[in-house]
Formats: sequence, structure tokens, C-alpha cells
Amino acid sequence: MGFFEKLLKIDRRVIFIFIAIAIALPLFFEVTMHIDITPVVRGVYDTVEALPSGSKVLISFDYDPGSMPELQPMAESVLRHCFSKDLKLVIMGLWPQGPLQANWALEIILNEPDIKEKNLKYGIDYVNLGYIAGGEVVIQRLGSDIHAAFPADYYGTPIDEIPLMKGVQNFSNIDFVYNLSAGYPGTTEWVQFAVDRFHAKLGAGNTAVQAPLMYPYINTGQLVGLLGGMKGAAEYEILAKRPARAVRYMFGQGVSHAVVIFFVIVGNIAYFATRKKRKES
Amino acid sequence: MHLTPDIGIWIGGLLTLGIFSFLYGDNPYYKFCEALFIGVSAGHWFVTLFWTVFVAKMIRNVEIGLNTFITQGFSAGMADYMHWSYIFGGILGFLMLLRLFPKIGWISRWSLAFVVGTTSGYYFITYLVSNGLRQIQRTILPLYVHGDFYTTIGNLIIIVGTFCGLTYFFFSKEHKGTFGGLARLGIWFLMITFGASFGYTVMSRMSLLIGRMDYIFGTWLGMLG
Repeated sequence: MGFFEKLLKIDRRVIFIFIAIAIALPLFFEVTMHIDITPVVRGVYDTVEALPSGSKVLISFDYDPGSMPELQPMAESVLRHCFSKDLKLVIMGLWPQGPLQANWALEIILNEPDIKEKNLKYGIDYVNLGYIAGGEVVIQRLGSDIHAAFPADYYGTPIDEIPLMKGVQNFSNIDFVYNLSAGYPGTTEWVQFAVDRFHAKLGAGNTAVQAPLMYPYINTGQLVGLLGGMKGAAEYEILAKRPARAVRYMFGQGVSHAVVIFFVIVGNIAYFATRKKRKES
Repeated sequence: MHLTPDIGIWIGGLLTLGIFSFLYGDNPYYKFCEALFIGVSAGHWFVTLFWTVFVAKMIRNVEIGLNTFITQGFSAGMADYMHWSYIFGGILGFLMLLRLFPKIGWISRWSLAFVVGTTSGYYFITYLVSNGLRQIQRTILPLYVHGDFYTTIGNLIIIVGTFCGLTYFFFSKEHKGTFGGLARLGIWFLMITFGASFGYTVMSRMSLLIGRMDYIFGTWLGMLG
């Protein structure tokens, strides 16, 4: 058996080991990759940046722990950006675990020194409305009456008793909607109901798998911008001048992608080099 | 190295290794972790849906509706249909469970028919507007934008790509000659789209692996700074 035939019959576990090393090893080094800022990420950043202090932002956490490595850094960066600009945050989730993801992100961001010194208060500066079943029907309900959709917040406090929610009746009282999505219900439903029916201004952060499906919504202006996967999160961290987890993880992304590309090239060379022999046999 | 004393993180770390062990080959450790994951997920979803849908939506609303009947009389109760009408959802849900009894299982089709019918109607307009009309509208672009070379190129790519992509899916005419050439160009656009999607998928999977590695080496073993 020739060299190329051996390459084609390589045990897949060897490739697994290479990938594992390519992912794990970079975690031990503090290497910052050069990351270009794409217009779609800048779209979200510029929209948040342009909001005047006190504007109300609705953030929907539509994902669960399975998508944390991609979406949690996005959540943290956007929360940090919003709090640093003194925006008022209304948090909710169309996925049962979404509000819990929000609380994890809040716990980290609210304890960062510059945010902590703002002495932000629950119910005044931010509120977590929790999860409610119904998917896109909930979005439609938010368009008419948020108080009817969420009678109480995550902790059971009646929404009418929360100062931040006074005067927030529907999307017309929300200046920007940001959706973190890992599937259904997610960005597609927010576009269809919040944007096209109630004319809300929407930005999104998506897992990389579904990000390509959202690009048509950017071209039409249905989305102001999109953070796609870990790269999108890293770009946002750089724009906000607060490189954090996503930027650190991007080195591992780069190395692992290089290994995948290497194996694709080697596999193709071996395939074409042995093609003639295979035909003859 | 700074091992965590948190028992929950230890369980998470050991279960992660158990799932990874499948990469070497199927084994009892993996089977245990898989069964545990499926069991916990099923239990979690059952409890979540019971409290957020069955109790929060149906029981509470029907309770309010019945209360109106009892305290304010029949006509006030009837007027409060927004609450008691949830009982119909409950009945449809109950009919779904009849699938468990083969002899009367056919009744569950009524619920399915209702779900399929309402969903189709509900989505017809939203998809037509958001994913159809708005997208078509955005492809009606000028072929030449004076003084803006990149926009001109971008517009041409969108127009040609959309047209050729649609041509490929037109099967009423044989893909031969000029028509066949346009269809082949359409395939190229489709392949580039699939390639971009695949690239994003690779990034997504790597991200998940990075997350797990960070958990093992950082959160669990305390080896990362």
C-alpha cells in the first residue's frame, strides 16, 4: 500500500486527536488574533451606540446551555455595552432556559468594576420578565400588550409594580430589540412578527449554524445587523473595546480551522493521486 | 492546576469525558452518560411544559373563567370567554393522548388537523411577506449605480444569482442550451451558498468544542489563567 493509500485509510481517531490538540492547546496561550470588523456586526454596535441614555432595549434570550460557548459571550458584550450607555433593559426568553442564561450573564457584567459603580437597580435599570410559552404568538402579544403577555416577572413580581415597566406597553415603547437565537423560536419569528408586523428595530446574535439563513434579512433592512457565531461575538468585543472570552477563543478557532483545511487538502491530494490506480483496478 | 471542590462541576466534567469517549468507540461509560442525558432532558421538558403550558395557560385561565361564572353569573361568565375558551385547547390536547389507545386513536387526528390548519393559516401571510415579498422587492435593483462600482457589482451578483438560482429549480423545460447554461450558473451560486453554510457550521461545532475544553481545563481542572 502506497503512502497516499495509507493517508486515505487513516483512522478517523487520529484526526480527532489533532482537532482536540488544536482546540485545547491555544487555550493555554494568550494570543490575540487580528479580527476584521464586518459591516453586519457594526450595524448592531452602531445602533446601540446611537441610542440616547435611558432608551429601552428589549433583549430576548432564545437559547439554552447547549449554545452557550457562542451566544453567552455575545450576551455579555451587549449587556455590558447597554449598561455602559445607561440604557434600560427589558429581558425575556422564548426558550425556557433563556432567562437563566440572562441571569448568568448579568451576574458577570454587574460585578465588573465600571458597571458596579453605576449601582444599577433591578426593576429600575433592568428587569428579567422570564419565560413564557407560545413562541411567535408571544411576540405578537408583545406587539399589543406586554403586560398581558407577561403578568409577572421572573421572580413572580407583578409587572405593574415594576417601575421600569411603567409606560412600556408594546413595541412602540421599545427603542431597540436584540434577539439571541439558537433556533426556533428565534430571529426568523422576531423578524416576521416584531419587525414586519409591528415595525420594531431588530438586531440579532445567532449561532453560526443559522447565521447564513439570516443574511437575507439584513439586505432587506429587516435586521439592522447580525452577530454570527463566535467570530461575531469577538468582533463586537473589539468594537466595544472590551476584548473578552470570544476574542480569547478565536485563537483556538483559527488553529482548528487550519487543521481542518490541512486535512481537506491532504485528503484531496491523496484522492486524486490514487484515482488512476483505483480506475485501473 | 487548581481542582474545583464543586461536586456539580466534577459531575459535569466526568459526564463530558463520558460523551467524548464515544469518539474512541461505543462503550458502557458513554451509554450511561447518553441514557442519563436523555432521561434528564425528558424529565426537565415534561416538568417545564407541565408548569408553563398546562398549569400556567390552561388551568389558571379556566379557573378564572369558572370563577367569573360562579361569582358574577352566567352572562358575565359567557362574556369572559377569553379565559374559559382555553378549555378547548385542553380538550384538543387530551384528544392527542388518545393515540395511546389503538381502537380510538383516530380521534387524535382531529387535534392534528386543527394544529396543521391553524399553523398554515397563521404562517401563510407572515412567510409570504417576510420571506417572499420583502426578498423579491430587494432584488429589484438598478443594474448600474453611477459612481459606485462595488454597489453595481453587488447588485449584479444578487440579480444574476437569484435569476439563475431560480432557473435551476424550473423543471418544466429541459436544462439544455442557454437555459441549461443559466441553470448550471445557478448551481454554482447554490454551491457557494452551501459552502458558506458549511464553513459557518464548522465554526459552530468548533465553538462548542472550545466551550467544553474550556470547561474541562478551566472550570474543572483549573489549569487556565
